[in-house]
Amino acid sequence: MFSRAYKLAVSLPPLAWVVLFLLTPYLLLLVYSFWSVTPSQQIVHTWGLQNYLELLHVPVYFQVLLRSMRIATSVTLLSLLLGFPLAYYVSFHAGKKKDLLYQLVIIPLWVSYLVRAYAWKTILGSEGVLNTLLQYLHITSHPQGYLLYSPLAVVLTLTHIYTPFAFLPIYAALEHIPRKLIEASHDLGATPAQTFWRVIVPLSIPGVVAGATFSFVLSLGDFLAPLLVGGPSGVMISNIVVSLFGAAYNWPLGAAISACMMVLVLTLLFATERLEKKWSFT
Amino acid sequence: MGTKPIAALAPAGAEAKSLLSVRSVAKRFGSNVVLRNISLDVAEGEFLSILGESGSGKTTLLRLIAGFERCDSGEIWMTGERLDPLPPYKRQVNTVFQSYALFPHLSVFDNVAYGLRVQKAPAIEVKGRVEQALAMVKMSSFANASPEKISGGQQQRVALARALVNRPKLLLLDEPLSALDANLRRQMQVELKVLQREIGIAFVFVTHDQEEAMTMSDRIALLRSGELEQVATPREIYARPATAYTAQFIGQTNLLHAHVTAGIAECAGLRWSTSEPDGPTTFSVRPESIVAASGASSNGLVRFHATVLSQLFQGAAQLLQVETASGYRLNVRMPGGKTVASGLELEFAASDAVRVRETQA
Repeated sequence: MFSRAYKLAVSLPPLAWVVLFLLTPYLLLLVYSFWSVTPSQQIVHTWGLQNYLELLHVPVYFQVLLRSMRIATSVTLLSLLLGFPLAYYVSFHAGKKKDLLYQLVIIPLWVSYLVRAYAWKTILGSEGVLNTLLQYLHITSHPQGYLLYSPLAVVLTLTHIYTPFAFLPIYAALEHIPRKLIEASHDLGATPAQTFWRVIVPLSIPGVVAGATFSFVLSLGDFLAPLLVGGPSGVMISNIVVSLFGAAYNWPLGAAISACMMVLVLTLLFATERLEKKWSFT
Repeated sequence: MGTKPIAALAPAGAEAKSLLSVRSVAKRFGSNVVLRNISLDVAEGEFLSILGESGSGKTTLLRLIAGFERCDSGEIWMTGERLDPLPPYKRQVNTVFQSYALFPHLSVFDNVAYGLRVQKAPAIEVKGRVEQALAMVKMSSFANASPEKISGGQQQRVALARALVNRPKLLLLDEPLSALDANLRRQMQVELKVLQREIGIAFVFVTHDQEEAMTMSDRIALLRSGELEQVATPREIYARPATAYTAQFIGQTNLLHAHVTAGIAECAGLRWSTSEPDGPTTFSVRPESIVAASGASSNGLVRFHATVLSQLFQGAAQLLQVETASGYRLNVRMPGGKTVASGLELEFAASDAVRVRETQA
């Protein structure tokens, strides 16, 4: 139908983009991870596994990775806990308000990430909205310092930011459920609660898995929220990578961490995709 | 072509107890009135078809009985219990959906078991009854299949088994055969009818296909723009249509717009005696009631000369369009083997001219 030249012409720009801005940097990253750096901060182009061995021997990296995964897991659970009921309500019970509510969930995505993260600073800070309110209500006598600059603050901020990402695929999956199936279930004697657990939940699994993947992967790799609201106890793995590439000038070690993270995320994506496929029906 | 209903062919459930009673039910969606003042009884073990064009409200009536919609006014009763305030899951009524609505995440077996499991039937009983239901619809060998992997006709059988395994008092079927191709459809019509006779559960069958309704039903309820036009046995509704709409919707007919004066009806030069009162009156004469004139003319026969306008050969029969001397066009059905001249003498019995009411949609 189309000439070879045409096909080549249209596929070349995206292909070039992918090669230049995705594959090449990944490859460079991988190459760097096998190099090393001298104490005088010269990068030595000799091959070795020393960076990966360092990751195994210095416990701090593993600890921060574990913390990152803990935070990402909390964010995932919270965003599912918020996103699923919301998506369920909008899809099944919102009636005429459906479009409006859907838009209201989407609108925060138009606001800059930074603005939303800073908003939490204003809420959780020692002179912030929450502390002022708690003191006003005489629940606390002085500002609660642990609210801001803590893993809790990171979890709250990331949950706020990534809940729409959990909501959207769940909502799409719920919208995709033929309403005749709900009627069939009621017709066969199932109460609304039985119908929810036996029909709606199983058929929403692909959406839940996709939503969980989004919020987990995005928060696992996040570095701005811990930077803005995390404090020393809220440092995540990406902050370490940032400092290794920046102040510490240890590109090879930073590259090794990045490579490990990439393998971790790709494995996760592969697993969740299989899970989604297994549970999706036409 | 009998003019009186034959006693032996009266509906199976005519004398049986009433199972379902729809009383003065009305339903509207916004400003759109879908059903008005519907009253209908279904007897135990009866096969009742709700027949109507699309938009006549037949599916809405079914959904009211199933409980998916609430009536605006009127009541629905089933064996002494008021049904219409109950949610669908508390009604002993099951539905076979047009699109089957099988659960895609469950196997054929689990689909059929669904109703029993939500009622918390013991596992051993579930197994026995599901296997029995699958055997009944000849789907035992597909128990472990996914509903997405079986054909439309097979899905249909599973949907039937899934509904019947709960032993409902009444089964509702919403155009269940409309998605099947013609051959399979005819086969399923017969199977459904036989099955219904065997298990003795009352069926309310929604269809837009008058032939389907005629072949399967004990009684037909003809619905038109949200109102019941006529409820009768297939034979009665065909031989004695109450309205001009019914006469035209069920089979083919000729409508004679006659004028009655002192017991004589007259239409375009044709005359016959009638017991109808004076005034403009419409009569229905079936195409097969008009035959080639033979023998002596008599009082009860309306004989006339007609010219043939067109001839449609249909195998066993042929359909002629003829015109009377005064230019009135009539459809005539004759045996297919008969050769037809361009002009011929025809006749029909005055008793085959059935008075029908003209109703407004």
